Amino acid sequence: MNHLSSQSLPVSVISTFWLALFFLLIFFFLPLLVVFGVSFASRGLYGGVEWILTWDNYRRLADPLIGVIFFRSLIFAAMTTMVCAIIGFPLAYVVARVSPGWQLVWLTLVMIPFWTNFLVRTYAWILILRADGLVNGFLLTLGIQSEPLSLLFTDFAVALGLIYGYLPFMVLPLIVAIERISPRLEEAASDLYASRGAMFRYVVLPLSKPGFMAGGVLVFIPSLGAFITPYILGGGQKMMIGTLIQQEFLVSRDWPFGSALSFGLMGTALILWFLVNRTSLGKNVT
Amino acid sequence: MLQNVVKTHGQVVAVDHISLRVESGEFFSLLGPSGSGKTTLLRLVAGLDSPDSGTIAIQKRIVNADPPHARPVNMVFQQYALFPHMTVRENIAFGLKMQRKARLEVERAVESMVALVRLEGKMERFPGQLSGGEQQRVALARALVNRPVVLLLDEPLAALDQQLRQEMQIELKRVQQEVNATFICVTHQQDEALMLSDRIGVMNNGRLLQVGTPQEIYGKPISSTVARFIGLSNSFSGVVTRREKDLCWIEKEHFPLVVARCPEGLDLGPAMVMVRPEDIHIAVGQPQRKYENTLPAVVHHVAFHGHEVLYQFRLENGATWTARVSNADAHTRSLSIGQPLHIQWATHEGYALSD
Repeated sequence: MNHLSSQSLPVSVISTFWLALFFLLIFFFLPLLVVFGVSFASRGLYGGVEWILTWDNYRRLADPLIGVIFFRSLIFAAMTTMVCAIIGFPLAYVVARVSPGWQLVWLTLVMIPFWTNFLVRTYAWILILRADGLVNGFLLTLGIQSEPLSLLFTDFAVALGLIYGYLPFMVLPLIVAIERISPRLEEAASDLYASRGAMFRYVVLPLSKPGFMAGGVLVFIPSLGAFITPYILGGGQKMMIGTLIQQEFLVSRDWPFGSALSFGLMGTALILWFLVNRTSLGKNVT
Repeated sequence: MLQNVVKTHGQVVAVDHISLRVESGEFFSLLGPSGSGKTTLLRLVAGLDSPDSGTIAIQKRIVNADPPHARPVNMVFQQYALFPHMTVRENIAFGLKMQRKARLEVERAVESMVALVRLEGKMERFPGQLSGGEQQRVALARALVNRPVVLLLDEPLAALDQQLRQEMQIELKRVQQEVNATFICVTHQQDEALMLSDRIGVMNNGRLLQVGTPQEIYGKPISSTVARFIGLSNSFSGVVTRREKDLCWIEKEHFPLVVARCPEGLDLGPAMVMVRPEDIHIAVGQPQRKYENTLPAVVHHVAFHGHEVLYQFRLENGATWTARVSNADAHTRSLSIGQPLHIQWATHEGYALSD
């Protein structure tokens, strides 16, 4: 292959390729390899890594307690992805179909949150959700609620934080996908007796699938491993994979087990990715 | 069907007070250059745009307020707008499915439509796997399967190459005769409009200039714009100095007197004379007596088209005229570029128009 490519491609392209590969190797693959190695080591008495090779770290993944945490994280990630898709689609549709001038305004609004640190934005939610926060202040002043609602440090707060944090990752690929759908197709559907609802159901939604796929991965994978949001908005009360891994590395100082957990998470994501692709590929072929 | 319809896009008046009646079962073409408002007119009938004023009626029912999916009208879009994620079968069945027709009925209708447009064996393909001509047939079938009162076609053959276009023209005419529906077709190809239509409406700048049968439009264009658009490029402007019955005498400086047919209502004064390319006779050497009108000219360009030869001439006033000579005549003489000669035509072959 190398022989072929050096014949047909210009030198600059080939050197860029090798440079990219080099950086990927140094900054991505090598650290991963280290973590993989550590996942087979043992924890030292005071938290160091001792190179006594063992399967123990992976055996501990089978612990029902770990299973519960994995399952909880999966549920949260799936729900976050779903809600992001439901909220994100109408938003993306509007942005994709408005005039170019308004599109810039909308795109800027979608991206403005990225200009602030994620941690700061998550802390901002504390101000909104806590007992003397914005929401409760509003409800109490209007007399809708006599006691402040406990919103912070609940599953609701975690879900809200995850959806808030990852919504743009769903919206942006969806905008790209919807923009590619010719408005003529919508007109054709409506000319062929489709109501507005039917037009979306049979034409726009199926054709937006590439956007849902890309957005789904971009939301699901990071929310599966999220640790800042469950830690800050959930108060660390319910353990998730992300918070567990963080705890193993920084609190329990069990690096080998933390590494094994990380690979367990990666394996889960890979298996899910494979399953999703296989089902969607099967659909496309027939 | 259309009464005083007006549609503006911002500052531009796309459709300017158009009134038009298309008869049931008719193949009606809207002919005009791009930007003349013909596509806008089609979209108004389909309900994809709504008029600023005026009424649109289909079968005596005013449909102004009806959304596209409530009108008994279907459209063949310019780039076909086939649903890329559906098979040919699903594309064609879409309209009937949306109308909640019984499954058996849908299947039967789709089968018969597929036979009509000759797409058997391609039912399970996706649009991306079809050729341009096949996609065109799917678009036609997808619209026709709903048995619309009016079928709207927006430049249906523009995306096809020359050979395929000629095949599809014949096909389109055959299908129209078989289903006996009203077709309204938008095109900028004059030969296509002339060949397919029962009647043609020539449009320019949002206005309907002339409506008539292909013979009327080609034989008696009412203005120089219509004449030019229908492919009559040979013209000069002069002054009508005398008229007698249906003939008039046109004078122009440095030009010999020309006699031409004259439409009713053309007064003495400035006018335009048109001669069709196929009516130009070429006289090498002495002009022939049997043609009343003669102009000196110089051969400018020769284009060999197989069955015919197109000659371009420069007149003394700098204008370019075209003569179309069938190849059987053409091979008998060979004209060289720069050769001076005379072009001639008979009185009844010239046509005077108000400018």
